[in-house]
Amino acid sequence: MALDKYETHEYDMIVVGAGGAGLRAAIEASAQGVRTALICKSLLGKAHTVMAEGGIAAALGNIYPEDNWQVHFRDTMRGGKMLCNWRMAQLHAQEAPARVLELEAWGALFDRTKDGRILQRDFGGHRYARLAHVGDRTGLEMIRTLQQHAVHKGIDVFMECTIFRLLKDGDRIAGAFGYWRDSGRFVVFKAKAIVLATGGIGKAWKITSNSWEYTGDGHSLSCWAGADLMDMEFVQFHPTGMVWPPSVRGILVTEGVRGDGGTLTNLSGQRFMFNYIPDFFRAETAETVAEADRWYTDKKNNRRTPDLLPRDEVARAINAEVKAGRGSPHGGVFLDIATRRDPEYIKRRLPSMYHQFKELADVDITKQSMEVGPTCHYVMGGVRVDADTTATTVPGLFAAGEVAAGMHGANRLGGNSLSDLVVFGRRAGLYSAEYAKNFQGTLTIDVGQIEAMARECLEPFERSGTENPYTVHQDLQECMQSLVGIIRTEGELKKALDEIGVLRERTRRIKIGGNREYNPAWHQALDLHSLLTVSEIVTRAALERKESRGAHTREDYPKTDPAFGKANVVVRQVNGEITVPQEPLPEMPDDLKKLFEGDK
Amino acid sequence: MTDFTFRVWRGDETGGGLQEYRVPVEEGMVILDVIHRIQATQANDLAVRWNCKAGKCGSCSAEVNGKPRLMCMARMSLFSADEPITVTPMKTFPLVRDLVTDVSYNYEVAKQIPTFKPGPPEPDGTYRMMQEDIDRAQEFHKCIECFLCQNVCHVIRDHPDKMRAFAGPRFFVRIAALEMHPQDIHSRTDLLRTKAGLGYCNITKCCTEVCPEHIHITDNAIIPLKERVVDDYYDPVVWLIKKVAGKK
Ligand SMILES: Cc1cc2nc3c(=O)[nH]c(=O)nc-3n(C[C@H](O)[C@H](O)[C@H](O)COP(=O)(O)OP(=O)(O)OC[C@H]3O[C@@H](n4cnc5c(N)ncnc54)[C@H](O)[C@@H]3O)c2cc1C
Ligand code: SF4
Ligand code: SF4
Ligand code: FES
Repeated sequence: MALDKYETHEYDMIVVGAGGAGLRAAIEASAQGVRTALICKSLLGKAHTVMAEGGIAAALGNIYPEDNWQVHFRDTMRGGKMLCNWRMAQLHAQEAPARVLELEAWGALFDRTKDGRILQRDFGGHRYARLAHVGDRTGLEMIRTLQQHAVHKGIDVFMECTIFRLLKDGDRIAGAFGYWRDSGRFVVFKAKAIVLATGGIGKAWKITSNSWEYTGDGHSLSCWAGADLMDMEFVQFHPTGMVWPPSVRGILVTEGVRGDGGTLTNLSGQRFMFNYIPDFFRAETAETVAEADRWYTDKKNNRRTPDLLPRDEVARAINAEVKAGRGSPHGGVFLDIATRRDPEYIKRRLPSMYHQFKELADVDITKQSMEVGPTCHYVMGGVRVDADTTATTVPGLFAAGEVAAGMHGANRLGGNSLSDLVVFGRRAGLYSAEYAKNFQGTLTIDVGQIEAMARECLEPFERSGTENPYTVHQDLQECMQSLVGIIRTEGELKKALDEIGVLRERTRRIKIGGNREYNPAWHQALDLHSLLTVSEIVTRAALERKESRGAHTREDYPKTDPAFGKANVVVRQVNGEITVPQEPLPEMPDDLKKLFEGDK
Repeated sequence: MTDFTFRVWRGDETGGGLQEYRVPVEEGMVILDVIHRIQATQANDLAVRWNCKAGKCGSCSAEVNGKPRLMCMARMSLFSADEPITVTPMKTFPLVRDLVTDVSYNYEVAKQIPTFKPGPPEPDGTYRMMQEDIDRAQEFHKCIECFLCQNVCHVIRDHPDKMRAFAGPRFFVRIAALEMHPQDIHSRTDLLRTKAGLGYCNITKCCTEVCPEHIHITDNAIIPLKERVVDDYYDPVVWLIKKVAGKK
């Protein structure tokens, strides 16, 4: 296939990714007066953010006036097993309320309290009802609000355009190289600054709530460009994904079901979460069913139900129940709201869960229990950023949203992602625009480099191999699911590295038929580059952390090790090899430390 | 496991036709699963859009046996293995390839709708709104932009030239959401009468029938908007009061 001419566009800054983080960054950058482009793999409005269900966490204090940023900060740090970057967690807790109110001022309509303010719901690990929401379709409200706000801001949008590599001039970012999915033609963006907002990596696992887009592109692009990554061993398995029928396995069941009164039970009807309360959370968790049930209406005199322990705890508990033979018929556990809340309430609070189970599983959640089990959901790890500015270790490169690391530490609390997107999306837009404005020099893009990338992209059409990209992807998903899942051991992790190596060999034999126009097989083949890179990164980081903490559980190191509590596992590509040095966690100032006095 | 026969439209704007595939189908599968199975095993380059696989993103719109619907929410149990199942792209929009169409017209219309413009907030900087006052607008906010309603609307379908002068049901829903937002102070009735072409709609309700979010597009959005246009433009008194007092 001939190497055609590629189109070139020049901007002050480009945002890669049009979910909540990317949209908010683009809005901010254009408000700062820099020429901004927004690039995304799907159509505008279809990013993962659209699927978010339960809500956005912000200490508005509308239900519990006792709530404030310190309490939210503390919950976030403890949920993240103290491994969060304290400054990010602080900024997030402080700024989230303003960002939620800003969404409202841009037209979002959150559900209301009786006196007309924003209603907040309970979620795991949050001390008070804190999640602003719209039924169980909060992400849709958020992305549509941002999208409609953005289209009037003179931001150029490039949809169905995939960025394949970042371009540098010396040490600095100079642009990005990609292709149009519809025509298959190449495109080069010249830019002084880039904000990465590409989301997560969940498509490397078989049972996942994530869509085809979550191939870890931003993680890999920045790693290849020399940026540091961090905390990549922490991959969140959401405790409640659908398990039956097989074709819907992994689709998310919002934590809002438990927030609104739903409980987890095993085969014999026992509320098993009471058997899995860890010491770390014992003081704040109800010990009896009666106390747990009172907690929904009286949080002052009762402690939180263990059904709403942070996700890592609940996912491990479900895993253990199923392993012990106490699971549901299709290998999950039961999630019951039917016997606890009346049908009208359920339909009003959880309309899309009602619809989803009815249409996809023939289950009426107002009458029957759901069957649920863990599903790969979110990556806490990502590109290492400066807490205030979101700058990565590569000049000109910024990152926000799920692709960035630090905010969530070893485990993310539900609802803290949507707020993370707008808090740090805004900051990314602000500081990248500032960087672009202050940038004085000239940037040149090496044409030879672009031509080499284009050739690399086209190789799969020209080969004589027999591998099918979908099969290679499925085999990778099997590998990650069985060897780098919820419970890990050194032997399995090493085996995964070997398998990833074999899969990488196989990708060199992928043969693509057809032509370049909207060819998903070709896109899949190209996405495998980043899928394999992030899979290797997660596995290497998981080998390095020889302890159990948050979402990272090592069967061979079942205890939490205080020494590891002071370190991040950093990921850095050195001479083409992935290295995983440990670096010290930034130390929290004393005034914030006080918030944790007396904790376990 | 039962074998089904699928006839899937393959081709681009230069031409194409239905291709037949035999596919094994298991319990619980939806049309989109089958399309993915065909893609993975028999037609690697089969073009199709999808994201959430749970009816939340509105990416996977197509026509199944001629009926416009989301492929990810179309259970195989609705169909019989005795008859072939035909899957074709949305008819109204220009074809890109196979099941993928060019829906950019919709994004162009979206740009022309004046955005939300709120009045002043309460002294504490927030807005007070009662749930019953936002129920209606929240119904419209459920729209997942699948564009199925745009696809079936005969005004768009039969008159591609009108595409430019007709916003279509999705955007009547959008405008209604803004007009019925208790805090919005902008009026879009002029837009509705002129550029958006609300007058072309003759309330056939085809749009409402296909909406996967069950939004009452005609009854709750289009008809009230038509009434507003009449109020604003044909009753000079109402019009003047509104002009002076700001929209209520
Ligand atoms: C089903 C579900 C429910 C959830 N519910 C909640 C919830 O209730 N509360 C909460 O806080 N969080 C929730 N989450 C998590 C949260 O939705 C995500 O973490 C968040 O939306 C990620 O936003 P983002 O802006 O970082 O990325 P995304 O919204 O995923 O956007 C990523 C963007 O990057 C683009 N992109 C990726 N790679 C490339 C490339 N190579 N080139 C060009 N563009 C690219 C994509 O096209 C997309 O536009 C949920 C997640 C899921 C899956
Ligand atoms: S009711 Fe109006 S908008 Fe809806 S399909 Fe009919 S003509 Fe089109
Ligand atoms: S109004 Fe309904 S049919 Fe139309 S785009 Fe929105 S969700 Fe789809
Ligand atoms: S894939 Fe999202 S609606 Fe079908």
